[in-house]
Amino acid sequence: MSARVVVAMSGGVDSSVAAAILREQGYDVVGIAMRLVSGESSGGGGERRQTCCSYEDFEDARRVAERMDFPFYVADLRAEFSAGVIDNFVDEYVAGRTPNPCVMCNREIKFARLWRRARALGADFVATGHYARVERDAAGRFHLLRAADAAKDQSYFLFAMTQAELARTLFPLGEMTKGEVRECARALGLANADKPESQEICFVPEGDYARFVADRVHPDRIRAGQVVNGDGRVLAEHNGIHRFTVGQRRGLGVAAGEPLYVREIDADLGRVVVGRRDELASRGLIARQVSLVDDRLAERGEREIEVKIRYRHPAVPATLKLLTGERAEVRFATDGYPAVTPGQACVFYERDEVLGGGFIEQALEA
Amino acid sequence: MTVYLDYNAGAPLRPEARQAIADFAGIEQANPASVHRAGQRARRSLERAREQVARLIGAGPRQVVFTSGGTESNNLAIFGVANATVGARRKIIGSAIEHSSILAPLARLQAHGFEIVRIPPDREGLIQSDSVMRALDESTALLTLGLANSEVGTIQELAPLAASARKAGALFHVDAAQGIGRMPVSVGALGCDLLTLSGHKLGAPAGVGALYVGDRARPVSTMMGGPQEGGLRAGAPNLLGAIAFGAVAAAVEARLDAEIAHMAALSDRLLRLLTQSIPGLILNGPLEGRIPNTLNLTFPDVLGESMLIALDLEGVEVSMGSACAAGSVEPSHVLLAMGRSGAEARSSLRLSLGWATTAAEVEQAAEIIARIWAIVAAAESPAGEPHAHQVSR
Repeated sequence: MSARVVVAMSGGVDSSVAAAILREQGYDVVGIAMRLVSGESSGGGGERRQTCCSYEDFEDARRVAERMDFPFYVADLRAEFSAGVIDNFVDEYVAGRTPNPCVMCNREIKFARLWRRARALGADFVATGHYARVERDAAGRFHLLRAADAAKDQSYFLFAMTQAELARTLFPLGEMTKGEVRECARALGLANADKPESQEICFVPEGDYARFVADRVHPDRIRAGQVVNGDGRVLAEHNGIHRFTVGQRRGLGVAAGEPLYVREIDADLGRVVVGRRDELASRGLIARQVSLVDDRLAERGEREIEVKIRYRHPAVPATLKLLTGERAEVRFATDGYPAVTPGQACVFYERDEVLGGGFIEQALEA
Repeated sequence: MTVYLDYNAGAPLRPEARQAIADFAGIEQANPASVHRAGQRARRSLERAREQVARLIGAGPRQVVFTSGGTESNNLAIFGVANATVGARRKIIGSAIEHSSILAPLARLQAHGFEIVRIPPDREGLIQSDSVMRALDESTALLTLGLANSEVGTIQELAPLAASARKAGALFHVDAAQGIGRMPVSVGALGCDLLTLSGHKLGAPAGVGALYVGDRARPVSTMMGGPQEGGLRAGAPNLLGAIAFGAVAAAVEARLDAEIAHMAALSDRLLRLLTQSIPGLILNGPLEGRIPNTLNLTFPDVLGESMLIALDLEGVEVSMGSACAAGSVEPSHVLLAMGRSGAEARSSLRLSLGWATTAAEVEQAAEIIARIWAIVAAAESPAGEPHAHQVSR
């Protein structure tokens, strides 16, 4: 009997091709679409808001399953997603940080809760349409590697994966480019071959995350206050620190002769500190909730790595020093790396390999 | 081989339905309203089907209106009566455990100013007669209750309520979609004014149903157009469906006692086997006073959704709660109304068997369900969680 793999399907082309490839390879594929939010009312007449879990997206996935002849189901993970991702997302913004829900979703939902569901279905593996690679070495240790397609590489979002998780996870798209994936979809006759990419945070309607946060917290937790410069001079009033992110330039409500950026968000005082671009520079950061893909790496002391502090930023050379309490200090090799944004994931790379990562707690001032 | 245990969602076509469709299809497809002889033959076929359906519930043929199914029959009964009410009768009494095709029309009428009373059930799913009687008064236009609950199978004691409704001057509608074929149903014995039948719960094709309209009831049509179906349901009728429904009704009428005994023996056997192999298994609904084909079971330590999918992968087809538009399942509103917690409702599955279920299938299903339960319970127990990250706040 062939190994059973549960493929997390969104209805997009990536996860569809991932499932199709595994099916072609002879795996016993079970497609699962995760219902993560109550985006659509079943009774009709309710407010219809486009989110990732729309009926149309699930139908796209269902069509792929039908075409490739494997069973497909929708699993209700709304409660898990709310507790594991959305609550954290809202809490982070309220605390003046900028969360990365994709990392949380991978860690809490896809490779934890979905795996549990998959195991209940007798699955040996979970697969996703992530662009990343997993390799097993001669000693039986698993390595998480960047995707072959550097432009699509999503290993950044997967840094929290453990050895146990990597052992039971398949990333069928790791060696492919996006173009090859679309070509594969066309060759297999999948209806969503040319479906556009989703860019926004999947559960936030119309990308309006500030409204999403405000809708979900008690008004008392919304911290209004002042926008100030480095000298403490008040430049403007603002109606909630959750509307700001470190490094942000637009929408500050400040008229100044030169471009200003958010340097710091003080949640306790409700204060947003802005400054010139050169004032944003820092020499490193402290990360919290640090985890390593292979715990054995923790034994070594300081090491030279490359660090990536935002998905769309390139990795830059740095020195990593693990601290106690799941913390780490990262010092950039060259000073002046701009916009270290608390809450974002910082991921440690060694060449193509993800060593681990954490969440940015604070910048180390230059 | 799959074992189909979802008859309450839809029964497989009976051979009588297949035969009736095969006999009729390909011969002629004329409009029963047409004057020519082909039309007259179509009309005779339709009227014969109407007689067969009427006989199954002890009604007269002119009291049976063909519809597109149970949902339309329920809509016609409720909106038909509501639209016909005049003066002070603005109250409709129902229950919290009805089918969505009852609950949604009631919610709509509530938004339009009707007073809607929803009687809660007890823990067994039984609607308390005295609660209904207390709610009945001279402002009541309609009492609408299900005969047998589709999700837990509880049979309501409706006959005493009919007299009370009549005394209050209210009409009495019974949704018998799930009762027909699983228990004897007679409109005379029930004393109801309107009664809903569904074709596909019985082994006719989906897309046909009927509404019994007694002589006291004067519902207003909700479908405007031609004078078909006594003016209550405009549009050319689903002739093929009605003929199949008629053939099925005749077959069910002839074999009802034997089928009830068959289903009761099999579901008793299934329950006994599952109770033996799954410690902590709970039957929802009463042991007695239940239609003989329905088992609603709470499985310990599992998500019903996972059980449902795992069972389907093993070829056992069951159901849970109601499906949402996207295809995931919602916990049963019936179980919640019966006082079960959300967690209990989410751990519950409905197994419903029917005319074609065999003893061998029951043995096979019992073995698979017990095996799958053990796997799912082990996978989903928190102790079995391979690792859990701490989410810091």
